[in-house]
Amino acid sequence: MAKHDTPLLDQLESGPWPSFVSDLKQEAEKRAKNEAGHELQIPVDVVDDLLGILELSFKHGKTHWKHGGIVGVFGYGGGVIGRYCDQPELFPGVAHFHTMRIAQPGAKFYTSDYLRQLTDIWDRRGSGITNMHGSTGDIIFIGTTTPQLEEIYYEISHNMNQDLGGSGSNLRTPADCIGQARCEYACYDTQDLCYNLTMEYQDELHRPAFPYKFKFKFDGCPNGCVAAIARSDMSFIGTWKDDIRIDDEAVKAYVGGEFAPNGGAHADGDWGAFDIQKEIIALCPTGCMKYEDGKLEIDNRECTRCMHCINAMPRALRIGKETGCSILCGAKAPILDGAQMGSLVVPFVEVNADDDYQAIKDVIEPLWDWWMEEGKNRERLGETMKRLGFNALLEATGIAPVPQHVQEPRSNPYIFWKEEEVEGGWTRDIDEFRKDHQR
Amino acid sequence: MEQAEAAEMVVEALRKKLKSKSKFYFNDLSKILGMKPRAAKKYVNKMVEDGVLEYWSSGSTSMYGIPGTGKQAAAEHED
Repeated sequence: MAKHDTPLLDQLESGPWPSFVSDLKQEAEKRAKNEAGHELQIPVDVVDDLLGILELSFKHGKTHWKHGGIVGVFGYGGGVIGRYCDQPELFPGVAHFHTMRIAQPGAKFYTSDYLRQLTDIWDRRGSGITNMHGSTGDIIFIGTTTPQLEEIYYEISHNMNQDLGGSGSNLRTPADCIGQARCEYACYDTQDLCYNLTMEYQDELHRPAFPYKFKFKFDGCPNGCVAAIARSDMSFIGTWKDDIRIDDEAVKAYVGGEFAPNGGAHADGDWGAFDIQKEIIALCPTGCMKYEDGKLEIDNRECTRCMHCINAMPRALRIGKETGCSILCGAKAPILDGAQMGSLVVPFVEVNADDDYQAIKDVIEPLWDWWMEEGKNRERLGETMKRLGFNALLEATGIAPVPQHVQEPRSNPYIFWKEEEVEGGWTRDIDEFRKDHQR
Repeated sequence: MEQAEAAEMVVEALRKKLKSKSKFYFNDLSKILGMKPRAAKKYVNKMVEDGVLEYWSSGSTSMYGIPGTGKQAAAEHED
């Protein structure tokens, strides 16, 4: 029997799609029965009260959650988001209803045992409601009370060797694709780099001092399975310097229908025989490929790493051998100025575990110094870049301008030189000048 | 700068503004200390550790305040 009548929420269950209301009702029942015999540390009816307060919000057309809070675990400025309701008498189960962000395992590699430990902790010390996963990648625990925060932190850190994620004006939990663990396209070990930078920048992750949030994401190749280019202030996207490796025999096998293109994906439709001209050559965005007399050729200098040909014929084409990553900066979701994609800052950098990824850290730290000094409060890196100009970022980071930084030939005829860029500076010998120019 | 001296500077400056606001951005603190953000961060972290300052977070933005000040503490049963 439900604690609160929820006619408006019940309506949300009537559509053809899965309903979070049904899930919450199921969880409320599960807590009431408590068949697992958990010693529940927060009110048993927390989920009932959550449904109740949500119904009230629908009825009133306004939220009953307050904004933010001062809760956290000792020494951490992120990972816990204080949530308090403004109707604690009506809904005591959600008087405190804090969110906790738990760092996800690298590339979200779980064991079922790990998942059970997580849900056991959360059934006992929290509401049992999770969000797997938040946009940044964290495991999100939704709803617990203030006294449980330290207890949960102790259990996840001591028993599960896990940490809180990032929230607030912090480095957010870095996220990576599955990388070389499972994927032949990965140009570098995304999980190792992600872990290394997470450990190196613990202070930035847990103690807020940035103007706003900052996200790292690691894609092993330009397919971008974690969409780093669109979702992170600083994206590390695998690439290669040399040529795409071609296996001519395998190309012929694709053309001859021996191998299914795209690894057999789309095989359920009748697309006809594989046509290399139509499906590969004509779709190359830079037109840098040709297939003549049974021979595939690629002008690698023109290749923009779109990955289409490699994805379509993975047995015939492979990424180059000289691999590393490109660094792009400034992507963000739309709050101010609309969404932005990352801009290429470093076309190629080696990803070298032997020197502790120094070349990459040498890019990160000056960039942070610049943004921390110049960025306005609540301004993402991409917005600072837009406001002050890409050139300001290059100057601050000491990165030399290269053609890859330019999107298109300039349409503005004016070039403003700085004194240090001009041989001899602004001073001149006036007598020498007057020899040729009258006053 | 000694830690105690830095803490005194920050607390004094924040208390002066308490009538109009109780939560401050990190940038405000580094300006009070007259330091670059990286240098100021070490002092500010220690102030939080010592209980001179506390964090406030909306989830997306973080701010700093003197413990027990502002509407938040009373409104949220933390005082």
